[in-house]
Amino acid sequence: MSDGFKREMLAALPGLRAFAMSLSGRSDRADDLVQETIMKAWSKQDSFQMGTNMKAWLFTILRNEFYSQIRKRVHEVRDQDGVYTQKLSTRPAQIGALDLRDFQRALEKLPDDQREAIILVGASGFSYEEASEICGCAVGTIKSRVSRARAKLTELLDISGEGDYGPDPDFVAITERPIGP
Amino acid sequence: MMVDKIHRKAAGAHGRGDPNDAISRKLKLLYNAVEEEGIPDRFLDLLEKLDLAERAATNRGDG
Repeated sequence: MSDGFKREMLAALPGLRAFAMSLSGRSDRADDLVQETIMKAWSKQDSFQMGTNMKAWLFTILRNEFYSQIRKRVHEVRDQDGVYTQKLSTRPAQIGALDLRDFQRALEKLPDDQREAIILVGASGFSYEEASEICGCAVGTIKSRVSRARAKLTELLDISGEGDYGPDPDFVAITERPIGP
Repeated sequence: MMVDKIHRKAAGAHGRGDPNDAISRKLKLLYNAVEEEGIPDRFLDLLEKLDLAERAATNRGDG
């Protein structure tokens, strides 16, 4: 009975890990989240209907787990130095690994709700509707979070040329924002 | 390099320097890099154990 369940779960795991990594920003935490999700999903497999969206179901479980852990731990130390993107430096990529590291830093500056929205829609391949079900909010809310995330990323990446010696990017983003439309 | 219809459409709609296009590309690169790592052994082992435990429980139930 569980063979199909197991197979579908295995197929969803690489994407689930990538989502966990994007949420937590740390590879050790991400894999703990995935492990917790696998165990929860396994124990709830009777409530899963084969043929429905296993990927969305697993993402929902993982997301709930992530936020319930966040509520328990007040201060989070994220992967500020981009430990997991450092591994990318050995890979051939269309854009430089350094560039990607800057991008990851910018991504981490987003509020959690905006980051997860842009990842679900822009990278995980979910529709706005599916993302809204995973996050338990209205479709319009997801759309506005994605668009705010894009605006913020654009802003942050435009000033990334200042490098590590420049003023705090958040501060620059605020002070350099043009006044008026 | 192969450019699929979606990319052509996106390029046509937003132009080459569109920041949204750059953001989408980087987002996917970052995400795909993790996806391409595949499934770590710890998860394969875990699923194996869960499977065995369930089978054992089922057999006990039947017998």
